[in-house]
Formats: sequence, structure tokens, C-alpha cells
Amino acid sequence: MSVGRRTFGWRAPGKHWLVVAAPYLWLLLFFAVPFAIVVKISLAESAIAQPPYTALYEYVNNVLTLRVSLANYLFLLSDSLYFDAYLSSLRIAATSTAICLLIGYPIAYGIARMQGPKQSLLLMLVVLPSWTSFLIRIYAWVGLLRNNGIINNVLLSLGVVDEPIRLLNTDVAVYIGIVYCYLPFLILPLYANLVKLDNRLLEAATDLGAGPVARFLHITLPLSLGGVIAGCMLVFIPVVGEFVIPELLGGSETLMIGKVLWGEFFNNRDWPVASAVATVMLIVLLIPIMLFHRYQFREMEAND
Amino acid sequence: MSQSLGTPLFTRISLLLGFFFLYAPMVVLIAYSFNASERVNIWAGFSTRWYGELFRDEAMMAALWMSLKLAFATATGSIILGTLAALVLTRVRNFRGKLLFGGMVTAPLVMPEVITGLSLLLLFVGMGSAFGWPAERGFLTIWIAHVTFCMAFVTVVVSSRLRELDKSLEEAAMDLGASRLGTFFYITLPIIAPALVSGWLLAFTLSLDDLVIASFVAGPSSTTLPMIVFSSVRMGLSPQINALATLLILAVSLGAVLAYWLSLRDERTRRVEMQVLHEKR
Repeated sequence: MSVGRRTFGWRAPGKHWLVVAAPYLWLLLFFAVPFAIVVKISLAESAIAQPPYTALYEYVNNVLTLRVSLANYLFLLSDSLYFDAYLSSLRIAATSTAICLLIGYPIAYGIARMQGPKQSLLLMLVVLPSWTSFLIRIYAWVGLLRNNGIINNVLLSLGVVDEPIRLLNTDVAVYIGIVYCYLPFLILPLYANLVKLDNRLLEAATDLGAGPVARFLHITLPLSLGGVIAGCMLVFIPVVGEFVIPELLGGSETLMIGKVLWGEFFNNRDWPVASAVATVMLIVLLIPIMLFHRYQFREMEAND
Repeated sequence: MSQSLGTPLFTRISLLLGFFFLYAPMVVLIAYSFNASERVNIWAGFSTRWYGELFRDEAMMAALWMSLKLAFATATGSIILGTLAALVLTRVRNFRGKLLFGGMVTAPLVMPEVITGLSLLLLFVGMGSAFGWPAERGFLTIWIAHVTFCMAFVTVVVSSRLRELDKSLEEAAMDLGASRLGTFFYITLPIIAPALVSGWLLAFTLSLDDLVIASFVAGPSSTTLPMIVFSSVRMGLSPQINALATLLILAVSLGAVLAYWLSLRDERTRRVEMQVLHEKR
């Protein structure tokens, strides 16, 4: 930096506080504090009251009484439904993330290798479906997968099957729905990473006699690992808590923790158990969230 | 040279299949919105009767109006907070609590909706009983919840543009005596305007689409469009939803064409920017 030139970074203390304060306080109050409240209420007991849980502490006659109950967590342990739901959510999320990666990587790569306006056009076509309603895209699959839906009609008329196969309300439908809805979220960060790949590296490798497979394994894949991680986390983490897809496309045997939490809250009105379910889910997702944060923050922060 | 490394056959085929997978369900959805038959799966000739029924459905129209107002307010709120957050990330070096700030900006992007919804509801209930505010849940509480998760997406869009922006333009303005605020409004803001437009549109669509978070924090009197769509899809297929979907896809496609045009123009501006800088050097 040359002498006598003011730099644009706000280094001087006290000048930037207003710019920092507004988003900081908003996120603190509406994003960070609510988690503390979830943890707090997960330690309360369910009660028939408004709101439906007991107070954690009482201050009567100068005596502070604390009532912390681990009953909700013990309850989660006692019923195998919860453990199975967590396990099955993680399994479904991991499998569908892998499928998204297998489908999304070639697409991201193909778009990143293109030149000019064609590139931004294709990129927009990838994102466009995610701008329409999430619900409506799942609804489209309800129509396609039904016993008398298009897929079964085509299979029947081609003579592949003799009677309609059950597709809707199965785990297969859940996988299709997840991959369909979350694919763009994997392609975007991967594309952003692959587009920065220096073509000269690939040319050098070609000159040194590397074939397409060797080029991919030794250059493209290792260099795009950051984008792969970001894209996978962008799919995996929200899918673990997904509610709408298993509710509309899955069957009664499709067990996912987001559905369990919804049921505890809206059907059983057991807020403390719902909070305990949410707390455990957050703990399970902590490492994936930190992994995502590390990549995303580096992408967003000032890089010099 | 780059031709030999261009798009191999395998990549072309995956692109083709990928786009077929993404678009075929929507094409079917649109086709069946013009179906005369009550039964969604049987084709009985072309008709626009479902569009008429859609517009006569008062509950649906009221929810649509509510959702549009909400999305407008959300997009506007999150563009302000999201741009401030992006400025903090890209322009303020180090301050106490930046680590926490970074976490709070990136985590909403991936946080499962059921957790965000539940935690915000518990906050509103807690605040309501402690301070008497918010007295009841409705438009305002949904707006707060939507701004909170939408601003993170705006921050991603705006900060990536701010990072690419040539800082020497801002420095030049300040060398010439402009204040920080003046520099922001006369130099930075016009340059990042296209990113603000796409951030605004993104927040608008995210808010318009949200079912889960709104279901947690809404009051009994505030019904948004996704809630109506969700409950009617739960009952079974309805041709009216096909008509609604078609109109939505049409609106989004128009918006996307606009955004594409803006981004092309932005790219051209960027190229001119770079050229001017090169000639100066």
C-alpha cells in the first residue's frame, strides 16, 4: 500500500460500529438466542398450561428454585423410535447426498468447461427450478409416481409390468424427491469452484501423457474438493431435518427425525420433547455445520 | 488446445439427462393444468377451467395476497441487513466477535427448517410472556423469521460481488475527498446494484416458498399460500394446484430471463471496468 493513501478497510475503531451492530444484534437475537431457549425448554417438563411447559426456575420468598429435568432426554433414549429415526435420517441424507454428487458433478463440470453466454444460460437453467416453489415440485412428483400416474402408465403400456408398481409413499419416492429438490444446491458451489480451475494444469498434464481419467483423479478432483464438501453439506444438513418430502412422498414406514419433531410439536403438543429432539439433532449436525462453515466463510470473507 | 479438453461425450450426455430430469416433471405439471377432466390422470381435452376456479377460490387468493406482501417485506428487510452483513464480512477487518458473526451468517444457510422454526417460536412465546411483545403471532413474527433466514442468502450473493469489486475505485473516491458514506452511495452501491437485485429476488422467492418455518411462527389468523397448497396436496391431487404451479413457473421464468439479462449487462460493465483499469496502467 503506498504511503499517504487511505485504505478502504474500516480499521479505525468506533467508526464501523453501526454497520456491524445492526446485522449482529439481529442475528444474535433471532438466530443465536433462540437456540439457548430450545435447550432451556428441553430441560423443562411438559405441562397442560399456556405455554405448555413448566418454568425452569422460580423465585418465591427470596428463594430461587431451579428445576432441571433430564426426563425428556431419558424419554428419547427409552423409546427406540427416536434412535431409529435419527439413524434413518442420517442414512437417507447420506445416500441422497451421494446420488446428488454422482449426478451433479458431471453437470457442474460440463457447465464450468463451457464458454461465454451459453455458460450463464445453462447455469440459470440449473437454478431456475429452485426458484419455483419447493412444494410444487414435490407435488409434481406425487402426480408422476402414483399408481395411475404417468410413470406407471408408461410402464404398463410398454408391457414392462403387468400391474402398477407402488412408487408413491415409499423410500424410493423420498430419494427421488430429495435428489430432485436439492440437486441445484450441490451444483452451484461445485460449479463456482470448478470454473476457477486453471486450464493450463490440464493442458500440462495432457502434454505429459495423462489420459482423461488420470487428469480427473489427479488434478480436477483434488482441486475441487472444497466445492464438493460445500455442496454436499448444503444437501446433507438440511435433508437430515427434512419434513415436507417424507411427509408427502414417503410412506408410514419412512422414518425421519424432522417428521418426528413436527409430530411431537403439532400433534402431541409436547414442546419440551420437541425441543429435546431439536437439541440432539443440532448436536448430531454440529460437525457437518462446522465443516460447511469453514468453506463458506473462506469464500465470503475478505481474501487479502 | 482447449478444444481437445472441451466437453467430452460423457459430460454432454449427463447434461442432457440432468436437464431432462429437472424439467420433465414441470412440463407434465403444466400440461395437466390445461386438462378438462376432474381426474388429474386422465386427459379429456384442452380447457382453462382450472384457472378460473383458481381465481374464484377466495381462501387461496387471500393467502396469495398475504404471501406476496410478506415476500415483498421480507426481501426488502433482508436486502438491507444482508448487505450490511456482507459489508462487515468483506470490508471490516477484525473485530471482537467476528468468529461468532461468521457462524451466525453461514449457519442459517443449512440449518434444518424445523429447528429454525421451533427455536423462533419458542423465542416469540418467551418474549411474549416476559415483555408482552409480540402479543400475538402473525405477519410480524413470520416476517422476522423470514428475514433471519433470507438475509444469509443475500449476504452470500452480495459479498461475492463485493469481493470481486476493484477496491481501487473506492480508494480513489476517498482520495478525492469523498466520505465513507458518500463513497458507498456513489461508488459501491451502483456497482453492486445488479447483485442487490438478484439478492432481493432470491429472498422474495425463498419467503414465498417457505412452509415449515411459517407454520411454526404463524398465528391462527395468518395463513400463507404454501400452507394452503400443503393442506390441499395432503388431501390428494387437485387441478387447481396445477394451474397455480403453471402461473408460478411462468412468473419465475420471466424473472429469470430478467435476471439473466441483468447479469449479462453486469458482465459487460465488469469487462469495461477491467479495460479502463488496464489502459490506466
